[in-house]
Amino acid sequence: MNKYRLELDPSGRESPWWVTIVALLLAFSLVAVFILATGKNAATVYAKMLTGAFGTEFGLTETLVKAIPLMLCGLGVSLAYRIQVWNIGAEGQFVAGAMAATAITVYLPGLPAWSALPLMVLAGIASGALWGLFTALPKVLFGVNELIISLMLNYVALQALDFVVYGPWRDPAGKNFPGTPAFTAAESLPVWGNSRLHMGLLLALVAVVAAWVFVQKTRWGYELRLLGANSEAARHAGVNIKSYAVLVMLLSGGLAGLGGMAEVSGVAHRLLYGISPGYGYTAIIVAWIARLNPFGIVVSAVLFGGLIVGGYSVQTLGLPSSISNLLQGAVLFFLIAGSILGKVRVRRREAA
Amino acid sequence: MELFTQLLTAAVASGTPLLFVTLGGIFIEKAGIIQLGAEGLMLMGAVTAAGVYLATSSLPVTLLAVLLVGGLLGLLHAFLTVTLRANQIVSGLALTLFGGGLSAYLGKAITGIPLSGAVPKFDFGVLGQVDLFTLSSLALVVVLQIAFFHTSFGLHLKAVGDNPATADVMGIRVQGMRYFAVIAGSMLMGLGGANLLMVFSPTWIEGMTTGRGWIAIALVIFARWNPLGALAACWFFGFLDTLGFRLQLAGSTVPPYFLKMLPYLLTIAVLILVGWRTQHRMSRAPQALGIPYIREQRF
Repeated sequence: MNKYRLELDPSGRESPWWVTIVALLLAFSLVAVFILATGKNAATVYAKMLTGAFGTEFGLTETLVKAIPLMLCGLGVSLAYRIQVWNIGAEGQFVAGAMAATAITVYLPGLPAWSALPLMVLAGIASGALWGLFTALPKVLFGVNELIISLMLNYVALQALDFVVYGPWRDPAGKNFPGTPAFTAAESLPVWGNSRLHMGLLLALVAVVAAWVFVQKTRWGYELRLLGANSEAARHAGVNIKSYAVLVMLLSGGLAGLGGMAEVSGVAHRLLYGISPGYGYTAIIVAWIARLNPFGIVVSAVLFGGLIVGGYSVQTLGLPSSISNLLQGAVLFFLIAGSILGKVRVRRREAA
Repeated sequence: MELFTQLLTAAVASGTPLLFVTLGGIFIEKAGIIQLGAEGLMLMGAVTAAGVYLATSSLPVTLLAVLLVGGLLGLLHAFLTVTLRANQIVSGLALTLFGGGLSAYLGKAITGIPLSGAVPKFDFGVLGQVDLFTLSSLALVVVLQIAFFHTSFGLHLKAVGDNPATADVMGIRVQGMRYFAVIAGSMLMGLGGANLLMVFSPTWIEGMTTGRGWIAIALVIFARWNPLGALAACWFFGFLDTLGFRLQLAGSTVPPYFLKMLPYLLTIAVLILVGWRTQHRMSRAPQALGIPYIREQRF
């Protein structure tokens, strides 16, 4: 018989932090194999990605610009994942927020900045939250799987987006370009210097702190953590699981909706076709890699923002930008495997 | 009559890729494992089919390659969820993201190149031409229906998905059965993607499945984990999908965007209906679905 056996750490603690680093390295190594298979030098490609994303002031601000929606969407889904509500609809909630913020500019044109921007923020949050509610209600009323509903609603939102940008909201002066007319200065979030970095970053950071306070310092946050740790115990303590499922979906959707508002008002300055290159999906990994910790999400959002920008920058080497999607999937794989393997320990068998 | 036959043919063509994926999903879930990687598996199946067929022009080689890719990705999911007992939902999501990214990366060079005449069709007289994929999907429904409900294998599979501890005591190899189901089911999901590419829309485009993998996961629930139910559900779904498309061709005044929303809204409606109907009854879902099995639960 074997003298040693493998066991999972009984304490159930989280795996050590270096597991995340190892997972990232392994993911990059795996993708390097694919890069080599297409006859490119992986080291050159990664160096190009790194300098493209973090090496210049332009790259760095672009990375932060991409990190803003990832932070807000990631923060949103992280709240839902805390209590095993699997919201993968951040993409749709983001689009809903972007559309509602744009609706303000379309139907209430010419508002001054002091009323236009707050109204757009409110509209973005409310419409994202509503989109989240469409997922929450079937779940709590009929026990419908929220994963599938939230994903189906992504496609519905994207079709609605196509409808407005190709149809009623299309810029008549835009020569058939699928987008709305450009926002006025009063409808745009202020930017930092000459870059594209906008005030949405501030909004996102405020949301991060608020989420941390909510989870760690309030009664709701306490019950949320209790539900996440042991739903059975929470139920016996009188915590209503269903109302928390609704709450997290509202918050989740609202944050993603705010992300959509920030993107149209801060970056694109108009609503256009394909406003999100899949931020809502990347946000899932952003939340997971940060282990649902709000401050960790800031770090992982910047990292993945860099991955997206780096993905664009390797296009000059003749590689498709989908390489960043490939990396994202690989990171998630190694991360989940690592978070389990990190807990395995070798124990000596006791003599019989 | 002519229109009706056309509509029916189109419905079957649209429903058959879904049928492969739904059957795969049923197989996997019967063993108690959730596989949310269907979308990624379909995309990988489709890009493999496109790449290998363009390179070899051989249908058998193409199908073998698709099965191999689906099986390998299934093995990965099985290793993570059965051996490492990782969260099945997160592993499935990872598979979908990874498959989406990898297929886009690998398919870059063959984007937009059409495949034609890859799949043989057989003449069935009044029923018209039936392609190889549709025929095999029908055979598969029959085989799985018999295997699940009339063989000891099906009984063992059910035991593993409903109560793995009891199955273990009965001497059934729980982990082995789960590995087998996940790998076989993932192969079927890959085939569904290949079917979509080789018959339904024969040109590789990044993200061409547009959520069909997820719809199939919903259809598993609608079909109540029954292969014959899956056949009905998928063809019905294909019919409605086709109807929307035909309305568009017929010059409907409804903007096409709303017609394109239909399959997704329909999926939601179906799930709500199923949820509402089974609210106060025991679900037909395998009872240990999504729960890892640990033999000596010591920790």
